[in-house]
Amino acid sequence: MTADLALIWPELILTIGGLITLMLGTFMGDRQVGLYQLSALLTLGAATAAVVALFGVEATVFSGTLSVDSFGGFAKLLIYAASFVCILIAPRFFTGGMRAEYPTLILFAALGMGIMAASRDLMTLYVGLELNSLAAYVLASFMRTDERSSEAGLKYFVLGALASGMLLYGISLLYGFSGTTDFAGIAQAMGGEPGIGLIFGIVFVLAGLGFKISAVPFHMWTPDVYEGAPTPVTTFFASAPKVAAMALMTRVIVDAMGPAIGAWQQIIIFLALASIILGAVGAIGQKNIKRLLAYSSINNVGFMLIGLAAGTQQGVEAVLTYLLVYVVTTLGAFLVVLQLRDADGDQVESIPALAGLSQRRPGLAAALSVFLFSLAGIPPLFGFWPKYLVFEAAVNANLVPLAVAGIVASVIGAFYYIAIIKTMYFDDQSDVDVTGGGNVVEGTIVAASALWLSAIGYLFIPILAVASARAASVLF
Amino acid sequence: MSGFPILSLMLAVPLVAAILCLYAGDRNARMIALAATLIDFALGVVLWANFDIGGAQWQFTERADLFGRFQWALGIDGMALMLIMLSVFLMPLCILASWDAITKRVGLYMAMFLIMEVVMIGVFMAQDLLLFYIFFEAGLIPMYFIIGIWGGANRKYAAFKFFLYTLLGSVLMLVAMIVMIMEAGTTDIPTLLNYDFPAGMQTWLWLAFFASLAVKMPMWPVHTWLPDAHVQAPTAGSMILAGVLLKLGAYGFLRFMMPMFPDASAELMWLVFILSMIAVVYTSLIALVQNDMKKLIAYSSVAHMAIVTAGLFAFNQQGIEGALIIMLSHGVVSAALFFCVGVIYDRLHTREIDRYGGLAVNMPAYALFFMLFTMASIGLPGTSGFVGEFLSLLGIYEASSVVAFVCTTGIILGAAYMLYLYRRVVFGELTKDDVKAMPDLNPREWAIMAPLAAVALWMGVYPESFLAPMRGDVTTVVARLAPAKPAGDAQLAAGTPKAAEDQGDAAHGSAHAGGAK
Repeated sequence: MTADLALIWPELILTIGGLITLMLGTFMGDRQVGLYQLSALLTLGAATAAVVALFGVEATVFSGTLSVDSFGGFAKLLIYAASFVCILIAPRFFTGGMRAEYPTLILFAALGMGIMAASRDLMTLYVGLELNSLAAYVLASFMRTDERSSEAGLKYFVLGALASGMLLYGISLLYGFSGTTDFAGIAQAMGGEPGIGLIFGIVFVLAGLGFKISAVPFHMWTPDVYEGAPTPVTTFFASAPKVAAMALMTRVIVDAMGPAIGAWQQIIIFLALASIILGAVGAIGQKNIKRLLAYSSINNVGFMLIGLAAGTQQGVEAVLTYLLVYVVTTLGAFLVVLQLRDADGDQVESIPALAGLSQRRPGLAAALSVFLFSLAGIPPLFGFWPKYLVFEAAVNANLVPLAVAGIVASVIGAFYYIAIIKTMYFDDQSDVDVTGGGNVVEGTIVAASALWLSAIGYLFIPILAVASARAASVLF
Repeated sequence: MSGFPILSLMLAVPLVAAILCLYAGDRNARMIALAATLIDFALGVVLWANFDIGGAQWQFTERADLFGRFQWALGIDGMALMLIMLSVFLMPLCILASWDAITKRVGLYMAMFLIMEVVMIGVFMAQDLLLFYIFFEAGLIPMYFIIGIWGGANRKYAAFKFFLYTLLGSVLMLVAMIVMIMEAGTTDIPTLLNYDFPAGMQTWLWLAFFASLAVKMPMWPVHTWLPDAHVQAPTAGSMILAGVLLKLGAYGFLRFMMPMFPDASAELMWLVFILSMIAVVYTSLIALVQNDMKKLIAYSSVAHMAIVTAGLFAFNQQGIEGALIIMLSHGVVSAALFFCVGVIYDRLHTREIDRYGGLAVNMPAYALFFMLFTMASIGLPGTSGFVGEFLSLLGIYEASSVVAFVCTTGIILGAAYMLYLYRRVVFGELTKDDVKAMPDLNPREWAIMAPLAAVALWMGVYPESFLAPMRGDVTTVVARLAPAKPAGDAQLAAGTPKAAEDQGDAAHGSAHAGGAK
């Protein structure tokens, strides 16, 4: 037991750090922004260091309920990095309204997500997922006085609870028909011809998880929540929980359901294509940039699912690479959105207001163009590479029609990305005087991620390949 | 020169200049862009001078294992050399052509053109399949901006159409490439060129490549993006679009589809021939009734490209060499024609043919150049167009006399619409006052016209300079296609001379004798 504790240092650090941050907020007051920010950031830094220190350790702890391995490590690094950025950018956005709950909740959400990525038992899975979700519901309605924010929180909670219910029902079926909550045990039960009960279990579990990654047809909450939640929170929703849920889904599918590929592959293929197409078509009519990015995230999740549908190690490698590139792009794009403010200092979210942005803020417009072209997967931007990898995995797994359908649908997606670029570059300047201006930190993050996504990222392919192969090999 | 990464340098110069342009003022941006393109042209000349004709197939090769899964592999053969020369020759002229015409956001404009240059020559240099695809697709982004920001009234529609049309085509090629890489286990183009793909797979791969390259080409019926893009693009944008970008499709045919999938190429030859025949006649007829000068030249481009595809699929030396010369010739001549339109557009701001007339009176130098390029487009002997059309029609005739017949009518129609255009714009009465006020060519325009005219004549009078570097590569492709090549219906062979007849001898002799009396 104590030996096990030494292997979950990242989780311990996050728990203790989260509590310290909470105490600081309670006793020093919400005005001491610098203090609790620092405490939260240090906590995440220490947790990251702990993950790095544990790299190479492959072990299961606490009677096989939690797994410490490089797959979880890869996902955790991404989650912590995204959370770090989301805490960093918050005070400027909330200005006077910043409270200590914000970093605390993100820390607890990060803890839950880490557990999700590392779980190898249905119970740990559920605990991690709920820890993350509960923190997320509160975060969505963080601006209590703002109607849209409260609405987003409520919507997220109601639909999230429904999804949790489905997930739990699926879990109970899996447990009932396999007699165990352990992933390896379930996989064993699925070894032969899986019975109808197990198949029902698979369907319900995948439906519940599909909600978390916002795959079509479980995506309805996404645009509303993304639009309503405060922008730093949206940034968070679009990045870290996507990684955690995707990692969890991968683990469940490969570890627990691996032998029953015939049962889940069709479901994943459907989710993938539906997400790509609906994510692309739904985005076309959007006038709000946050809603549009919500549809873009649905669309991108679809591409990740193509890699997952392959069910091979190559497919999982592609998913992990995709997640990394996606997180960088999404953080960059939302950071740009965060900097768009009109003369009164209010957030500009409407797309028509961005008209002529390239003349007002050329740097910002250029960075956003890089992110959008990258999301569309147009080479030479680096967003092309993960798309290539998932299609390659699909082709290698004999899913050529899926690859063709996905790649053709990606052209629909390109339409709305280049439509925003059209607005920024081709249209005459709008009446809204977008001035804004970020601080050095935000500017640096935007510039660095834009630079990385322009062709420079290709130089990192060898490193990425090694890291993702190492992480994916754990599951096979 | 061996070992010196001249190809990478040619890519680096415009890239660095593009970044500089973004931060430079309007005047400086123009100077930087001109300097960078001239340096690249000089490097191109060095490249040509050092190219060993008849030597190794791939020269100036560079290889760096930078990306893990694929490589930074560059290298050129004769065909690539010539197309690179075409690109680096046209670029400085494009920059000069936009010297005064572009007044807003000059830095961004020049940067986009320079990136365009990097991408274009990168496509011709790439020796790795994925690197090729990245360059091939990357061209969409700068062209999207060039059409969309500096284009005409309907520029946004044209930019969207251009982007989505060509993107939809190329994604299918990506799937084919993934399958090829999986099958052959390598991304190296020279290796793939000698890999024998299974016949059943070839057909699918061929069709996927065709979907992409036919759009780029453009072939009928997927050519409709081209007139829109040309009409809306700024003059220099049209020049580079017609001059180089249209050659990417044909280059892809010759580099990938024909040598990599010879069986499928032979099997689907009929498809290419039918589409080419329709395109030649149909687009020529459309060109006849155009009232917009740029649209007319755009449709003529489609017709010329159709002769290129037919020539390529003749599968013989003359046909392919002819197609290559048409590509080079069309690159120079259509760029020149678009510039001719640009010159008078800058003065009167309309592309409508009826608004002009009688230019020969007040713009004699312009009329002369315009005449030369019109003739070159028609294919008058002594100009570049003739060499290419003659060779390719000869090759096509060997493969199929019907196709040759139809393509030749295209040439006649080509003469009709070009001469009709010329008559309406340059000849006739000089009645309109605003047309009367138009001044003749200024020194800058001379500086653009003169080199284009010189090259068009050079290629017409002594095409061997251009054919020599490419001959070996064409022979390689023809040899690769030979096993799959179907028998043509016209066998060109020197006839055996008839033996002299005895019977007529006496009469002949007597006639002579009579004559001598």
